[in-house]
Amino acid sequence: MQLDDLYRRVIMDHYKTPRNQGEIDSNAVTIDLNNPTCGDRISLQMEIEDGVVKQAKFRGEGCSISMASASMMTEAVKGKKLDEALAMADKFSEMMKGASVTFDEYEDIEALTGVSKFPARIKCATLAWNALRKGVAEHKD
Amino acid sequence: MSFQPSEVKALFPILQQNVNGHPLVYLDSAATSQKPRQVIEAVKQYYEHDNANVHRGVHTLGTRATDAYEGAREKVARFINARSASEIIFTRGTTTGINTVAMSYARAFCREGDEIVVTPMEHHANLIPWQQAAKATGATLKHLPLNDDGSVDVSGAASVITEKTKLVAISHLSNVLGVVNPVEEIITLAHSKGAKVLLDGAQSAPHMKIDVQKLDCDFYAFSGHKMCGPTGIGALYGKKELLDSMEPAEFGGEMIDFVDLYDASWKETPWRFEAGTPNISGAVGLGAAIDFLSEIGMNNIEAHDRKLAEYAYDKLSAFEGIEVYGPKNGRSSLVTFNLLDVHPHDVATVLDSDGIAIRAGHHCCQPLMRWLKVSATARASFYLYNDEDDIDRLIESLQRTKEFFGHAIG
Repeated sequence: MQLDDLYRRVIMDHYKTPRNQGEIDSNAVTIDLNNPTCGDRISLQMEIEDGVVKQAKFRGEGCSISMASASMMTEAVKGKKLDEALAMADKFSEMMKGASVTFDEYEDIEALTGVSKFPARIKCATLAWNALRKGVAEHKD
Repeated sequence: MSFQPSEVKALFPILQQNVNGHPLVYLDSAATSQKPRQVIEAVKQYYEHDNANVHRGVHTLGTRATDAYEGAREKVARFINARSASEIIFTRGTTTGINTVAMSYARAFCREGDEIVVTPMEHHANLIPWQQAAKATGATLKHLPLNDDGSVDVSGAASVITEKTKLVAISHLSNVLGVVNPVEEIITLAHSKGAKVLLDGAQSAPHMKIDVQKLDCDFYAFSGHKMCGPTGIGALYGKKELLDSMEPAEFGGEMIDFVDLYDASWKETPWRFEAGTPNISGAVGLGAAIDFLSEIGMNNIEAHDRKLAEYAYDKLSAFEGIEVYGPKNGRSSLVTFNLLDVHPHDVATVLDSDGIAIRAGHHCCQPLMRWLKVSATARASFYLYNDEDDIDRLIESLQRTKEFFGHAIG
């Protein structure tokens, strides 16, 4: 069990200086999600126009993995069509199951691959992506 | 202290292993304790020799199983000094015990205008059942005030516990703050106003000598698995006249006296509160755990666990960059803390890589987390198999955590 597999430099960079932190003023889709077993929480906002994520921002409280993952996810989905964003969420789930995947859309995400070796921390990494899924589903309703 | 933790540790098979390349240091006993060989053997022995259903049938195994089950009830009664075994209801654990009182006492006897009093430090298991009972009956839920250090403000309690108070439910030993609450004062005050008192003994039963008659509490709920027993078994103590006044909340086999097509009557207490086939092997295991703890001596264990909590509190308080929660004095068995700028999950992961198991999160105490103005904390908790070396290893690993994240996030 190598800590460096988990806490890659890229992850620490996102944790220290999260991208897309804040709120969106417009009529954004807002999703508040928490992880009841550990207390991590995220409030995700997305501005969706013509089936494309124009903007994504978040506020949250949590560990380095959950906050870095939220930072990366919001960065990755910007400008993506909804089905592209969902495809990334699926790919992320595969990565958490140990599959070898690439994120040409946003390479930083690949740094989270080590989380799959830490089963107790997978739910930290997936919180933001679950919020994304929920946000897309609510928008479609 | 009249026992050697290292000798006690040798009696726990699970503690004889390496985790992530290091000898396991288990500091999460407040979540669940480990089990000594003699408890594991007692459960095995029961299943290999005596297993049958209880209170029915006339065959030999049925008698043995019933004797084992009722014998365990006697052991529980002696362990907490109840007047008789008929005051002991076997439950799944503390949560079920508290829910039983909430369903069968609070919901039956509380009316609009009555008040139920808890504290802001309660475990969700000793909060939500009362929230729900209050909603169902129209009673009001109130909270005792806390001092700045998290201890209960006893003088302030007098303005909250009044003639309107029907029931006070309070943890005996907080699972986050590690403080032993002034329950004697609270019980005296509550009784002077005509209120009943339930003690959440989940953390106190494993770590303190309990005497329910001396405490004079009306209900006392605890779990087997936090005191070297199996999971899924616990006990609820209630004063006989109170239990006799209560209707069961669960119905079925084992708890009935006479059943007609349209009506039924109940057995006496405690059996009327034990519908269905009970956790017989769990009760046997709990009995074995009580024998184990009693051989070592609860007074010895209490002294040991208080000393470890004090040692850990002092070491963690002196650690630069660590904030410790809860009062310095009057604590036992655990210390809750945060390493500044590092989330407790990250702390727990680094400690785990050093073979050290701690808890990180909200500890089922979300309101208390908000009171402390944190979202989560780390908690190291101790038991009779821990010693000061374990705490020294915790401190060393925390130093490594601090350096690791110091470099990582600059």
